[in-house]
Amino acid sequence: MAEKSFLDEVKKERRQWEEKHSTKNNNKDKKFTTISGMEIKNLYTPIDTADINYFRDINFPGEYPYTRGIRPTMYRGRMWTMRQFSGFATPRLTNERYKFLLERGQTGLSVAYDMPTLMGYDSDHPFSKGEVGICGVAVDSLKDMEILFDGISLKDISTSMTINGPAPIIFAFYVACAEKQKASLQNLRGTCQTDILKEYMAQKEWIFPPQPSMRLIVDMMKFCTQHMPKYNYVSISGYHIREAGSTAVQELAFTLADGFAYVEAGLKAGLEIDEFAPRLSFFFNSHLDFFEEIAKFRAARRIWARHMRERYKARKPESWLLRFHTQTAGVSLTAQQPENNIIRTAFEALAAVLGGTQSLHTNSMDETWALPTEKAAQIALRTQQLIAYETGVANTVDPLGGSYFIESLTNKMEQEAEKYFEEIDKRGGVIKCLEEGYFQKEIAQAAYRYQQELEKKEKIIVGINEFVVENEKIDMPILKIDESTEKEQLDSIKKVKEMRDNDKVKRALEDLKKAAGNSENTVPHLIECAKCYATEGEITEVLKSVFGEYQEPAWF
Amino acid sequence: MEKKIRVLLAKPGLDGHDRGVKVIAAAMRDAGLEVIYLGLRQTPEMVVEAAVQEDVDAVGLSILSGAHMTLFPQTVELLKQKRAGHIILFGGGIIPQEDMDKLEKLGVGKLFGPGTTTGEIIEYIKSATKGRRKEEAIF
Repeated sequence: MAEKSFLDEVKKERRQWEEKHSTKNNNKDKKFTTISGMEIKNLYTPIDTADINYFRDINFPGEYPYTRGIRPTMYRGRMWTMRQFSGFATPRLTNERYKFLLERGQTGLSVAYDMPTLMGYDSDHPFSKGEVGICGVAVDSLKDMEILFDGISLKDISTSMTINGPAPIIFAFYVACAEKQKASLQNLRGTCQTDILKEYMAQKEWIFPPQPSMRLIVDMMKFCTQHMPKYNYVSISGYHIREAGSTAVQELAFTLADGFAYVEAGLKAGLEIDEFAPRLSFFFNSHLDFFEEIAKFRAARRIWARHMRERYKARKPESWLLRFHTQTAGVSLTAQQPENNIIRTAFEALAAVLGGTQSLHTNSMDETWALPTEKAAQIALRTQQLIAYETGVANTVDPLGGSYFIESLTNKMEQEAEKYFEEIDKRGGVIKCLEEGYFQKEIAQAAYRYQQELEKKEKIIVGINEFVVENEKIDMPILKIDESTEKEQLDSIKKVKEMRDNDKVKRALEDLKKAAGNSENTVPHLIECAKCYATEGEITEVLKSVFGEYQEPAWF
Repeated sequence: MEKKIRVLLAKPGLDGHDRGVKVIAAAMRDAGLEVIYLGLRQTPEMVVEAAVQEDVDAVGLSILSGAHMTLFPQTVELLKQKRAGHIILFGGGIIPQEDMDKLEKLGVGKLFGPGTTTGEIIEYIKSATKGRRKEEAIF
């Protein structure tokens, strides 16, 4: 980029600058690292970006390799979607919260399900005792879905659902619900997380083993590619990998490796890459180390574009685009001095915006204690609106582009990620690595390392190992899930089973079992089951009988 | 020779968030304790059976899903039934102080919330199991 003589002069001047100030520098030999442990220099100069070719490596927004953003206008053309992850207790109560959030200005929906629903169990299953509606909303059948979206027009608002093990089932409930609302599938906008690979790695919400799980995802891929062109059928996630303790580079590398695995699964199933790639979407964490996160997002776009065009030979630009949702890092929040979490979330949200996210969820300050109260949820939403409308950062695209530090760090993130891709390939690919616990052990080791750094005060968390308030009195309302929730859901399931045509359900489940056992697409059958009010648990049992259940070796 | 302290760690119920329990397992291992990690989705029955079979000194349950008021009492009952009342039952996760107090009254040992250091937990296990191991040394 710059001329050699200029660079030589900068090198020389920098050396002199370092020498001139070295005696006054107290922390000369101290290492400064990001939260992930990546070493950061005291200063970045034109030397650090000397090898960058603007057109090859950075280019303009909306142009390959999309380092600066996937759209030419970014937030000037359209603000990111403010999409707050939400759900608790019964569908009725969650429906009220959705209406509250929409009325307060959020622009997209995001459904948080409870543990039984996430694991494929009905509210009346023995394993669901004590867990119904506690971590999210309980959904057992299409009836619950209808209540959940009552008075909310699915054709007018894009809806994201965090569901993985039983994703195709809950997706079927959603589709059946949309059809009941007379919404056309062709125009339905939204996202289903569906990303089972990261479940084995990090979130641990699986049902079936890897092979049948991948088959179900390809079924969804085929169905959506044909019938729902505006729907993101998978949200390839790094959020959970990071929450489980990985470094930023691991989050980046493992997420994209999962993405490549889905691409390869689609190709293996005989699909054309440009048919299914445009609706692969992503989901990243935004953690507290500000610049590391921004560099991570920029590197992600560039890496994906390069691999999709050069390696997988995708021809449509839409196939090269890495579109992503971001959630601020839950794991960075503290139970102590919870008001500090508002500020942590604000910093993390800002990093996501400066990194060019398409959609954003901001955590509430009380989420280290319970699900958010209305007030805490409002503050979280306002955080995004303040960034969007008061800070001015959305006025220009990729404001940090060209920074010696940011471009250098973006390059470093890409280089380190590529090293991981090589390692994963050497070990036989993503599924092999999962079976051998490679990712799981890398993540556990990174988590342990960070904890040791905290206990040695090499890393600081305000209120935890520094600036602690002894015998602190927490002065904050905490959301309590009413004890009647479980009973309400149990009554509801009973009613559904009484009112539906049970013969129809039996036949639909049998047809599903047959399709699952051969190579038919299970999705249309799942939708049929949904329509006749088969419960999630009933459908899961049928699929379990064909696919089996996954057991994880207890690595640590 | 000092007999090593044996600790069984597990995640009962549906909660799959295992970052914390694995960090504690690693720290205990490095501190010289013998750790048996059962993993996820254990029932109280599975936990107690393993605890008795492995003849552990302490059982630690990690629960972040809010189901602690169901799972801890069940585990206490089963330990009593199996005459394993000498085993220290401890744990952590997202457990409000008032629930910690209720569980303590039922016989559960110390419960640790967010922000606890691994050092604290290991110290507690070492001191809580000291009395018990003395009994063994008598035979």
